[in-house]
Amino acid sequence: MHIADIKTGNLGANGIVGGGLPIAVGSALSAKRLGKSDVAVCFFGDGAGNEGAFHEALNMAAIWKLPVIFVCENNKYGMSTSVERSTAVKNVADRAVAFAMPGITVDGNEFSAVAEAVHLAIVRARAGPSLIENLTYRWRGHSKSDRNRYRTKEEIEGWMARDPIARFRSDLIAHGILDEAGAGAIAAEAVAQVQAGIDFAKASPAPDLADVTRYVYAAA
Amino acid sequence: MDGTTARTLNYAEAIREAMAMAMEADPAVILMGEDIGVYGGAFQVTLDLIDRFGPDRVMDTPISELGGAGVAVGAAMTGLKPIFEFQFSDFAGLAMEQIVNQAAKMRYMLGGEASVPLVFRMPAGSGTGAAAQHSQSLEAWFGHVPGLKVVQPSTPAGAKGLLLAALADPDPVLIFEHKLLYKMKGEVPSGYYVTPIGKASVARPGTDLTIVAGAIMLHRALEAAEKLAADGMEVEVVDLRSIRPIDHATILASVRKTGRLLVVYEGVKSYGVGAEISAMVAESDAFDYLEAPILRLGGAEAPIPYNPDLERLAVPQANTIEAAA
Repeated sequence: MHIADIKTGNLGANGIVGGGLPIAVGSALSAKRLGKSDVAVCFFGDGAGNEGAFHEALNMAAIWKLPVIFVCENNKYGMSTSVERSTAVKNVADRAVAFAMPGITVDGNEFSAVAEAVHLAIVRARAGPSLIENLTYRWRGHSKSDRNRYRTKEEIEGWMARDPIARFRSDLIAHGILDEAGAGAIAAEAVAQVQAGIDFAKASPAPDLADVTRYVYAAA
Repeated sequence: MDGTTARTLNYAEAIREAMAMAMEADPAVILMGEDIGVYGGAFQVTLDLIDRFGPDRVMDTPISELGGAGVAVGAAMTGLKPIFEFQFSDFAGLAMEQIVNQAAKMRYMLGGEASVPLVFRMPAGSGTGAAAQHSQSLEAWFGHVPGLKVVQPSTPAGAKGLLLAALADPDPVLIFEHKLLYKMKGEVPSGYYVTPIGKASVARPGTDLTIVAGAIMLHRALEAAEKLAADGMEVEVVDLRSIRPIDHATILASVRKTGRLLVVYEGVKSYGVGAEISAMVAESDAFDYLEAPILRLGGAEAPIPYNPDLERLAVPQANTIEAAA
């Protein structure tokens, strides 16, 4: 979960639902104050939309007209609790109205729809924030303890049939941008890259036990 | 401290001077908080800074402590050095998530790759008739969190030096400013200097009893020590200054010298700063020097009351310190 790459601008996934939203706004504030052309892109789920941090973060981004794009991956459930049972508005993007920013709901399993929405938000970002809601789905359980008692097998299979990667691959082949062999090579390369990461992690030594307090503070 | 001229400033002015000095020296330093701009902050600590540095660097936030603190964390991770003012430190209750789960843990969880050079200013303490939600002393809450540093200046010179030290620190620092001290005057050097974080200081040397106290309690302890001296008891008063990290060496050396320890603090007595200091002494060789049990004098096991008589009674005063000694 806690993946980050600060040097390339990835400030990390967050263990606290909604925790990253104000942090992303802070990074957009830095970009604006330090005169950089960076745009902050903040990913979160439908569940985070019900955290106070969501509302505070969007409001501040809007009043200060900061270059940040809020990208909600609405996969229908916060752990087991559906959007219908947890969220007063039908679409999370409807909440953009409350913060006077553009809000759009797109098919999150359609590559071109997502790309277009994000492109428009980036073009606009110097003038202020946008909220994009991608409707998508979580195939697997929330965690190992998840027995899928809150949804049906039919629902899961219906969404698996709309796999965004498979759809994008078919589109590229249909438009003659890729052929089957080329698509297969890309997929194989991705699998190899992940496998190399797993191999690297397994081959790396366990941390030195004396390092338990290392990085609590900057080295003196 | 360097050899620059000292003038008399009050504690609020000393903090303001430190902020202005840092902002002049480094364009990455910004102020954030509720009503800190034209209004000058609830305690007027940021008064007129908006005229000198403009609204882009003296930013009024909405009443959004959680979000505001989080924006400060994100800004600190990406090149700015924010000083975030909580209007009252009590309101940090709304922002514990960002302070404790985010600011404090970012460097550790990201293997040293991230840095959160951020200062939280925390107006604290009772004695203003502001009742239970505007009068707490919550230093110990934050002292419990690895990744944070917690300081508590007791004088104008200390306030300036500790704030400048906090700003120079690459990790998040909470500076607890006692509201009753804002108008207290003292000599403050005009130049740049830092008061090191993690160091206590002997405010009054003595031989018969050590009193460890910080912020307003230092002054009450000094007042009590003055009276006790008239009765022939020489009290050594240690200004705690830093709660995390805490200065073991100075406290233990004093206890070895006097053989007696009284810890005075305004926060609720149980599970607080006094427990930490008492345990630290009990676990050390200084324990062998004790000639009497360690004593703690802390806040009552109650919220701070509104009634002025009860409010006074709820926290240590010079006369109760004198009686406990």
